[in-house]
Amino acid sequence: MKNSQTTFAIEVEDMTVAYREKPVLWDVDLLVPGGILQAIIGPNGAGKTTMIKAILGLVKPSAGRVLIYGKPYSQQRQLVAYVPQRGSVDWDFPTNVLDVVMMGRYGTLGWFRRPGKEDHQRAEEALAKVGMADFLKRQISQLSGGQQQRVFLARALVQDAMVYFMDEPFQGVDATTEKAIVSLLKELRAAGKTVLVVHHDLQTVTEYFDWVLLLNVRRIASGPVSEVFTEKNLRLAYGGKVAFLTHHTHQNAGAPTNV
Amino acid sequence: MTSAQFEIQLIAVVVAIACALPGVFLVLRRMAMMSDAISHSILLGIVLAFFLTRDLTSPFLVIAATLSGVLTVSLVELLNRTRLVREDTAIGLIFPVLFSIGVILISRYSGDIHLDTDSVLLGELAFAPFDRFIIFSRDFGPRALYLMGGIMFINIVLIIMFYKELKVATFDAGLAMALGFSPALIHYGLMSMVSITAVGAFDAVGSILVVALMIGPPASVYLLTDRLSLLLILSSLLGAAGSIMGYWVAHLLDASIAGSISSMIGLIFLAVYLFAPDRGLIAIARRRRRQRIEFALEMLLVHLFNHEGLPEAAIECHIANLPEHLYWELQFAQRVIRSGEKGNLLLNREEILFLTSTGRERAQKSILA
Repeated sequence: MKNSQTTFAIEVEDMTVAYREKPVLWDVDLLVPGGILQAIIGPNGAGKTTMIKAILGLVKPSAGRVLIYGKPYSQQRQLVAYVPQRGSVDWDFPTNVLDVVMMGRYGTLGWFRRPGKEDHQRAEEALAKVGMADFLKRQISQLSGGQQQRVFLARALVQDAMVYFMDEPFQGVDATTEKAIVSLLKELRAAGKTVLVVHHDLQTVTEYFDWVLLLNVRRIASGPVSEVFTEKNLRLAYGGKVAFLTHHTHQNAGAPTNV
Repeated sequence: MTSAQFEIQLIAVVVAIACALPGVFLVLRRMAMMSDAISHSILLGIVLAFFLTRDLTSPFLVIAATLSGVLTVSLVELLNRTRLVREDTAIGLIFPVLFSIGVILISRYSGDIHLDTDSVLLGELAFAPFDRFIIFSRDFGPRALYLMGGIMFINIVLIIMFYKELKVATFDAGLAMALGFSPALIHYGLMSMVSITAVGAFDAVGSILVVALMIGPPASVYLLTDRLSLLLILSSLLGAAGSIMGYWVAHLLDASIAGSISSMIGLIFLAVYLFAPDRGLIAIARRRRRQRIEFALEMLLVHLFNHEGLPEAAIECHIANLPEHLYWELQFAQRVIRSGEKGNLLLNREEILFLTSTGRERAQKSILA
């Protein structure tokens, strides 16, 4: 991995974000190779969401540099798709499912141009992919939490990106939706895409992801799950608070570590 | 109908449409009170510009007023960003100050001119036809009609041009930013639109009516439709209809036109709030009642099913015992039973209830689910 020739999908250097004088992220470096699924984990207030938002320029970092496939993010916007937390928008907004998914095409369209037939078709395909083909005209206020999440994923899919940022896509969804999201993640990886996911559930990290970033304001560790998802690192990230979890994950992650 | 009456109504309709369009986005962005703030604080810009130009018809007044509207928005945001006060508090702090400075300046330095605080708050539509647009001694109609017609036209064009940008920035500002649209630019563009509209309208109709026309129609139509495009169109139509109705009410009562239109908009909202087919108060109450009875009926069917054919059935399934066993009022129990009989789910044989075969199936299904 220390090959200097490699262009990383995401390259973050010295990312520091502070709300007033209180640092939320402190000098975080992150290298993510292309074509992997990477989780960001850490306790509440560790800066996981802030990390994604700072990379995307949604919050202003005090310091730090972001490269997407070797170039600044502002030049590579077209390569990046973003799935915000479900609760970040008003689901009573007067519009339907198809329309929300179509918003993913707006970036490609740019100012003034309106979505056309092709965008329409792409949106329908993406909705079929997340199992929402029967909900095209459904008012968004009538969706369940899992359905809302799938609509957001479909919206990210039509962006045709190379790098996907997802903020807690598994938060509060049913088992069916969780499975659908996991198979979608694997499909994206198979197509050579890179996905960075803010994740909460330590139990599924080894099952769902290839790489993991352990974060608690500072970077604790980042790398392949088998190397860095260890009890020692978890203890560093979470403190003593997750003794029962570290015990559990130790059994899961312990075996591959000792190979 | 005299030509002056016709002109007044036409102006009111044009103002209503010009206001409803940006108003839709204010309502969707939960910034309704910003219309109140802007429509008041533009007074400061108008007064300051008047002192500089000494001309009430100067276009510089419109520019200065618009700037003071945008200034209000920025000051509110500046104050809000310190996190020491909330946004609604910030609005309540900023605009009275700016408005009051305008009022003080008027009362102190311009007692002899047409600018007075009453006309700012309530305007006077009835006088609008007297201010004519005259070129080479030819009369082209009331000036206010041209001013507001122009603003309405600009609002329509801008909203059509930036429809998708406004939509995405309103629904999901984070996505809009990630896609490369500047939500801040869209936000200030919209606030400028609100300011210009308020400036144009306030002379004719006053700031109270500006607020009523920006917020009332969109808030009403929001309860009636699920589509943004329809929300824009229907809000314009509803505002226009309310203006015409309000005008005739004023005519009948010999009262303030702006006041009557504002009240009419309020009454229209009340009617929609009560009678909207899906989201109205009455529709919701009805749905709740129906659901309560449906659920109670399901409970009753399961109750009958559980005791069917057992020795205690005659007691458990006796109507007189339902209030005690299910904790229901007898009246409510009877309503549930009637609904069950109507659906052919249960039979009443001398005050003892029996399941029909469909009722039995339904009960089994409920238990399994």
